[in-house]
Amino acid sequence: MADKFDEATQKELSSFLEKQQAEARLHASIHNFTGICWDKCVTGTPSNRFSRAEESCLSNCVERFLDTSLFMVRRIEEQRAQLENSSEKFT
Amino acid sequence: MASRKEAVMNAVRNELALTNAQQLMNSANERCYKACITKPGPSLSSSEQTCLSRCLDRYMEAFNIVRRTYMTRLSKERLEDQANVI
Repeated sequence: MADKFDEATQKELSSFLEKQQAEARLHASIHNFTGICWDKCVTGTPSNRFSRAEESCLSNCVERFLDTSLFMVRRIEEQRAQLENSSEKFT
Repeated sequence: MASRKEAVMNAVRNELALTNAQQLMNSANERCYKACITKPGPSLSSSEQTCLSRCLDRYMEAFNIVRRTYMTRLSKERLEDQANVI
């Protein structure tokens, strides 16, 4: 069995791995969005190039998906705040 | 030591590239089958093959459009966060 890496190399490797993991997560999101948005935007038989409508649908799809996710978080937080307010009034 | 470190890093890079390519192929395969093979016959007809290769090109293009949109959005949000901190 080979020797262990020295401390500096271990540090370098662990930050390298963190970066690669972040990149993998990014790629997984892009794959996920591509699937969702393809299903929504590309309905006909695939042709030689995307129409303007399909192209803008794809990028709007990503933007609105992200907006939706932000909206949901904000909504949940609002509801939680309301719940806290009303329970304070009654106690 | 340095070369062993490089070997580890390259193995990780290769592994990720492979996973990435596999993910792309799996979802393109699924979607293009759905789009192009509506009635499975005894073999792939030439029109089905034409459809499949166009579909694969379009899937890659869609992937790139999505990636570009997402990356632009991420860097925009990062800038806004920085502006809020300052």
